[in-house]
Amino acid sequence: MDSTGTHLLRDLAPQVLGVVARRFGDFAAAEDAVQEALAAAAMQWPERGVPDNPRAWLVQVAMRRMTDHLRSELARRRRETVLVAEEAVEYEEPREPGEAAEQEQDDTLLLLFMCCHPALTRPSAIALTLRAVGGLTTEQIANAFLVPEATMAQRISRAKQSIKKSGVPFRMPTGEEREERLDAVLHVLYLVFNEGYATSTGSSLQRADLATEAIRLARAVHRLLPDDGEVAGLLALMLLTDARRLARTGPNGELIPLDEQDRARWDREAITEGVALISKTLSQGAIGAYQLQAAIAAVHDEAARAADTDWPQILALYGLLKRMTDNPMVTLNHAIASAMVHGPAAGLELLKPLDADPRIAGHYRLDAVRGHFFEMAGDAEMARSHYHAAANRTSSIPERNYLLIKASRLRNAE
Amino acid sequence: MKFILMMHAPRGTGDWDIMTKWSQGEVEAHIQYLNDINADLRKAGELVNIEGLMPPKHARIVRAGKGGAPDVTDGPFAESKEFLAGWWIVDVATPERAYAIAGRASAAPGPGGKPLNMAIEVREVMSAPPVEV
Repeated sequence: MDSTGTHLLRDLAPQVLGVVARRFGDFAAAEDAVQEALAAAAMQWPERGVPDNPRAWLVQVAMRRMTDHLRSELARRRRETVLVAEEAVEYEEPREPGEAAEQEQDDTLLLLFMCCHPALTRPSAIALTLRAVGGLTTEQIANAFLVPEATMAQRISRAKQSIKKSGVPFRMPTGEEREERLDAVLHVLYLVFNEGYATSTGSSLQRADLATEAIRLARAVHRLLPDDGEVAGLLALMLLTDARRLARTGPNGELIPLDEQDRARWDREAITEGVALISKTLSQGAIGAYQLQAAIAAVHDEAARAADTDWPQILALYGLLKRMTDNPMVTLNHAIASAMVHGPAAGLELLKPLDADPRIAGHYRLDAVRGHFFEMAGDAEMARSHYHAAANRTSSIPERNYLLIKASRLRNAE
Repeated sequence: MKFILMMHAPRGTGDWDIMTKWSQGEVEAHIQYLNDINADLRKAGELVNIEGLMPPKHARIVRAGKGGAPDVTDGPFAESKEFLAGWWIVDVATPERAYAIAGRASAAPGPGGKPLNMAIEVREVMSAPPVEV
């Protein structure tokens, strides 16, 4: 199918699933039925053309599958006359367009809450979100995560079983629970984005699709909850980070650090959108961790040259972020900003507590940053030994190569 | 025919220490050489899978202990002089082609641009059951 058709299916997937799951109250079975309907559409539409009302077509097919499924379930349980759902097959599009749109929005959000259910592990939640809300096929998701399709199918199927067992009804969570679930949704989208952005090995093209998909989903959530600062912050963070993607790796997938990137290759449009979004959000009150990270990304993106970076502002933002979250990576970045403003000794001092933090002690990033500080301080020998230690600990080939080259560069300088 | 080409590197201290003594140009030339091989194999449609492994210091040996619980010890064995650094799986027409690729990989340059002549173990990958006639 051409890309327009694929996009249409992806956009319609959550809407159709919403209608079917609400009608039958069974998320897991509805998800199966919708997948079958999507597969049927991918087969038939290119040949026969896209139907006049593609959404109604998909709902109709999915509901028919659902009815078949219920009928065979019932037959298995008791061999009596089937009385279920004969009439449920007929589906009419809602007459009031406004009402329908509102229902649709609620459905998409509800699906996200379902997929990011607390009973699920993060990998399961990610896979299910991409399939149920993102409309990706199991094969596409498996390719993106570089695992066999059967493995991914199992993961998705287990995820649906967990939701079924949890007995949570298909309806909007209320109050406090809703806040918590939204946090989980944002975290899942953040992880999907990172999975696509952070990896430059493997079949890189497919991986980059994950970042694009995460942005698409974050946009959808932002449309549903335009007044939520953290949703806007996450979307801005993704846009401002993704804007640098092309400049981030060389022709062989080798890493190019921020200060060596060709800034002409940054995506200006994404930066403009991200900066506008975060500026508007920051002026509206309560500030969260995603908004701060987006603000930091914006400061980097707005510097025409690496030397123009407003490090004092970045340092202040990391200071706020550090107070808000207990994350050793934030401490690490805070130390980097501090070294850029006050010199490498200040950075090294801030790294010290991390040696006692089991979450990051011995992590290659800690060695790499120390190497960088010693290099700034002109201590080539210490810098080299830390770069080597980092190279031995990273499990990313481009990262290892980058660190080995950094170390060998210092050897040349001696 | 599928072959696995296993690159063995000197064990050393169990880290990437062979490359740590090279100059920048030597490290870059080595990486570029291997990247070129990978790009050529991809273009020829011969590359099935390629993976690099973390250095052997991080390896663990696992055996089933009492009651089937995994018993984990440091590995690999200290007496081995070389370790598996990574592999390619290639799909090629003849064993000779697999040997040729392995030969090229073995000649990856080291210090002074001289070929390292690393040992590359070539093994045919066993296939699924034959098709019923």
